[in-house]
Amino acid sequence: MQRRQLLRYSLAMGATTSLMGHSVFAQNAATKAQVIVIGGGYGGATAAKYIRLLSAYKIPVMLVEPNAEFISCPMSNLVIGGSKTLQDLTTSYDTLAKKHGVQIVQDRVTRIDPDKKTVTLAKGPTLAYDKLVLSPGIELMLDSIEGLQAAHESGRILQAWKAGPETTALRKQLQDMPDGGVYALTVPEAPYRCPPGPYERASQVAFYFKQYKPKSKVLILDANPDVTSKGPLFKKFWSENYKDILEFRPNHKVTAVDANAGLIKFDVQESVHADVLNVLPSMRAGTVATQTGLANANKRWCGVNYLTFESSVAKDIHILGDAMLAAPAMPKSGHMANSHAKVAAAAVVAQLTDLEVNPSPFLTNTCYSYVSDNMVVHVASVHQFNVEEKTYKTVPGSGGVSSEANTLEATYAWNWAQNIWSDSLL
Amino acid sequence: MRITFPFLYKTLFAFSLFMGCIQAQAQNAEKLHQRANAAMCANCHGSEGRTVDKSAVPPLAGLPKDYLVQQMQAFKDGSRKATVMHQISKGLSDAQITSLADYFATQTR
Repeated sequence: MQRRQLLRYSLAMGATTSLMGHSVFAQNAATKAQVIVIGGGYGGATAAKYIRLLSAYKIPVMLVEPNAEFISCPMSNLVIGGSKTLQDLTTSYDTLAKKHGVQIVQDRVTRIDPDKKTVTLAKGPTLAYDKLVLSPGIELMLDSIEGLQAAHESGRILQAWKAGPETTALRKQLQDMPDGGVYALTVPEAPYRCPPGPYERASQVAFYFKQYKPKSKVLILDANPDVTSKGPLFKKFWSENYKDILEFRPNHKVTAVDANAGLIKFDVQESVHADVLNVLPSMRAGTVATQTGLANANKRWCGVNYLTFESSVAKDIHILGDAMLAAPAMPKSGHMANSHAKVAAAAVVAQLTDLEVNPSPFLTNTCYSYVSDNMVVHVASVHQFNVEEKTYKTVPGSGGVSSEANTLEATYAWNWAQNIWSDSLL
Repeated sequence: MRITFPFLYKTLFAFSLFMGCIQAQAQNAEKLHQRANAAMCANCHGSEGRTVDKSAVPPLAGLPKDYLVQQMQAFKDGSRKATVMHQISKGLSDAQITSLADYFATQTR
């Protein structure tokens, strides 16, 4: 080959390799990119694992979570009912680190700077990110109800809406309550974390009372006009099994509590006296999201681009789970957060490696509720991305609920828990 | 013997490499989307279709593609009874079902 020909050949090749090198460059850029995930719940843990999986373990991921272990909120009502322990719902973060190479940092994020793209941890360091995945869950708006903050701090009125020590503390309050007492559970206006959760919890407490304290009562005081989720299924089971124990009262919006007097006050209805008060206030996105100005919907929930779950106000911050402003008919559930996480993880990997983002993702949700220790009802849905409306929509004719409470689905419900914990954390 | 490459051939060669790259990128994107879509089944059927031990729902990894498509269609038309899958399957298009089946068929158990 003559020198001149060689030169021309290499020029042509050079142009090509530089184009070819584009993907190699993107890959190298990805390995240097730092992804930080805030929150190790169903959303965050899943996102951390799937960014690792979908990038063939090339993109480094750090997960910042204040708790030492994952404790599942789904299934935690069974601890209150007495058929499971908190240990049954606990999974270590070790496998995320050892098997998937996620760097686990047990700490709390005190500040996010979306302009400098940094997060500051409670223990001191400020860390830079290329992509931030934010899955902070909910904050209970204790100050929205007069007297609740103080009652909560003294341990007199519990919420137990984040599984952990409060779950067992509420169980203890019920155990300490004499037979003939009243347990009152108040439900805030939707949307709140886990739409069927309050009704499952009331069922579990009624199940416990029926066995051990049959003269006691469960009162559901609901700010909504009716049972928010699986209404006919819950009501049928209650009337057939907990008729003299459980009472549902709609349109009860709590305004104040008096922990010493055991009193709950409402905007319209008569005050109610109870022995164990389980008062759930309204909820909003976790504090770190609201203080960063990401909660642009009613100052409570974080709006996102549903194709990537990137915040609609801050670039390179992807928001998942309960903190996110949900698309129509999308519940705030652990399963949903796990689904969000996978779409977001794929989008983060695509963007960091210069690939096209999935133009038509879909999400699934299956949510089981235990109405006793071995009877279960479910609701399921499929949410397809709608290109014209840039949101998710359920497919007509798809999804649905159980025909009635049954034992077969108790097997599937516990099985669901094992598989989703594994899918999120192992 | 002296081999020469007329400039046209070289350019064509370069161009085809370039197109190959674009195509490879598109294939990479498609694979990523397929894998992420298939992960929607993982909450119940395990990551990459591999469930926990003694799972009450079946692992999907390694099941034949045709079998997976048939079963999903059977859930859809009601000929296979289920507690949840008849409701989920009705939310998926035929193309999505084929893509999911294709993905799980290629996974090892």
